[in-house]
Amino acid sequence: MTPQDATTTPEAAVAEDPTKVQNARLLARLHTLFGADAFTDVSEPYGLLTATTTRERIHGIIAGLQQDEEIALHFLTTMCGINYPDNVGQELGMIYHLHSLTQNIRLRLKIFFPVADPVVPTLSDIHLAANWMEREAYDFYGVIFTGHPNLMRILNVEDMDYFPMRKEYPLEDGTREDKTDLFFGR
Amino acid sequence: MAVNDTLEGTHHIIEEAREQQDKILLPMHNDFNQELTTLNLGPTHPATHGIFQNILQMDGERIVSGVPTIGYIHRAFEKIAERRPFYQITTLTDRMNYCSSPINNLGWHMTVEKMLGVTVPKRAQYMRVIMMELARISDHLICNSILGVDTGAFTGFLYVFQEREKIYEIYEEVCGARLTTNMGRVGGMERDFTPVAIEKLRAWLKSFPTVMKEFESMFNRNRIFMDRVVNVGPISAEKALSYGFTGPNLRAAGVDYDVRVMNPYSSYEDFEFDVPVGTNGDTYDRFMVRNEEIWQSLRIINQALDRLPEGPYHADAPHYYLPPKQEVYKNMEALIYHFKIVMGEIDAPVGEVYHSVEGGNGELGFYLVSDGGRTPYRLHFRRPCFIYYQAYPEMAVGTTLSDAIVILSSMNVIAGELDA
Repeated sequence: MTPQDATTTPEAAVAEDPTKVQNARLLARLHTLFGADAFTDVSEPYGLLTATTTRERIHGIIAGLQQDEEIALHFLTTMCGINYPDNVGQELGMIYHLHSLTQNIRLRLKIFFPVADPVVPTLSDIHLAANWMEREAYDFYGVIFTGHPNLMRILNVEDMDYFPMRKEYPLEDGTREDKTDLFFGR
Repeated sequence: MAVNDTLEGTHHIIEEAREQQDKILLPMHNDFNQELTTLNLGPTHPATHGIFQNILQMDGERIVSGVPTIGYIHRAFEKIAERRPFYQITTLTDRMNYCSSPINNLGWHMTVEKMLGVTVPKRAQYMRVIMMELARISDHLICNSILGVDTGAFTGFLYVFQEREKIYEIYEEVCGARLTTNMGRVGGMERDFTPVAIEKLRAWLKSFPTVMKEFESMFNRNRIFMDRVVNVGPISAEKALSYGFTGPNLRAAGVDYDVRVMNPYSSYEDFEFDVPVGTNGDTYDRFMVRNEEIWQSLRIINQALDRLPEGPYHADAPHYYLPPKQEVYKNMEALIYHFKIVMGEIDAPVGEVYHSVEGGNGELGFYLVSDGGRTPYRLHFRRPCFIYYQAYPEMAVGTTLSDAIVILSSMNVIAGELDA
């Protein structure tokens, strides 16, 4: 931090930071379009607006953001699954990264749902790119996307009977003795 | 588990797999005037330039439908990364887009630096820019010259491969490796450019433009080449965006999205360069956009080399950057830090970060979730060609087999990145 930064008040610094201004504008727009109660856990890690929503709302939100003229979050950068085995009732999650190429705004949306009922609406009717990304999430985490045209494994073999990226499956075979490292816990 | 149970389980799985197989292979065409041929293009076909399969339904020479099958070299990098300390993940990124591995390596380091809040000195940033642009040139050279091979022009390929060899010699001089470079460290570069490296770089910068001009004069207005590529496999800007295209393939469709310009990283804002765009996104446009990007990359390298600042080549971040080996033997602190870094005893901050760089074939993104431990909790790679390759069937349907091969090689699909 330079001495100049230190003299300005925190509020002024916030007001001058273009990322913060943009994120505030995006959040306000999200609240107008979908209601403030649709988003929880709003934060800005490393300048990227992040919000959690529900799987009932996610399809409508992403479709609405694609159509919205003001924000135009029309580019689905990536999506991926995530597994928190300790969050009971919300073990699995999907994380979506959206990008507006016209205004250079990014948004990260998250949804969480129970591992016993991993059903999420597909986005492949909004973004063609979602097709394989969802197949990958199904392959790795076993997330079932309702309405997906061809939900089958993409990277792993078809007769695999588990979802390898879930945390319950260790990277290495737990029964192996030859690789045990007592000191550093491999 | 009893043996019978195991067998029963297997039967069930095999039955399901067969049902799925039937679904892929036999789209029922009950038209008796039309007899379709099923053709396996790949997995090990010389024209796929990588291990992936396309099951094509052909009506004579026309492609009626295509089903891509990928995953032949899937190595579960995202799973492996969950067990590795941050600095050991570089070797995984090498093996994704192995035609431009420095971009992957340095992109990953920048992601970790962003998470840790480490600022890299200007000199290291410029050095990184030079290496990344060299990687982009070698990536584009391979793609364009292979496209030449697929249209029957072998000479251009051999000619520019000499230049790629020289680029690899520069890599060798900078980091000691050629293909899987493992270049750079979290916090900067692993060593400064040697005088030999600078000399090789300058010599190459002088000799390469002549070769590139000859390469372009061989193809750009060549009647035979243009007949094979103009208006082959076009894609509209809307379709390309919906399919998640990035990089030269998107720019060929007319969208000027370049991560280096939109979200500059590693001091790209200091350099002057143009972003070439095409008009209708056909194979010829993709070829021409890549050629022009090679010239722009040369411009960037020249500017960076001329203005290469003096100073340290790595950040002062002893918790993450390995101390020099001589120090480890003599200096207590260096020994402690060396031990802590190698044994992975230094924890990272809790948080999540997305960082993207302009890779050889598009936006290469790293989404890193850290729970504070020595390894990522979750690491997701946004691999550009995994996302845009799903458009291939749509682009290939209606064309002939020879056109489909040209489209495939102009898309620059790298099997290592596709399957991760």
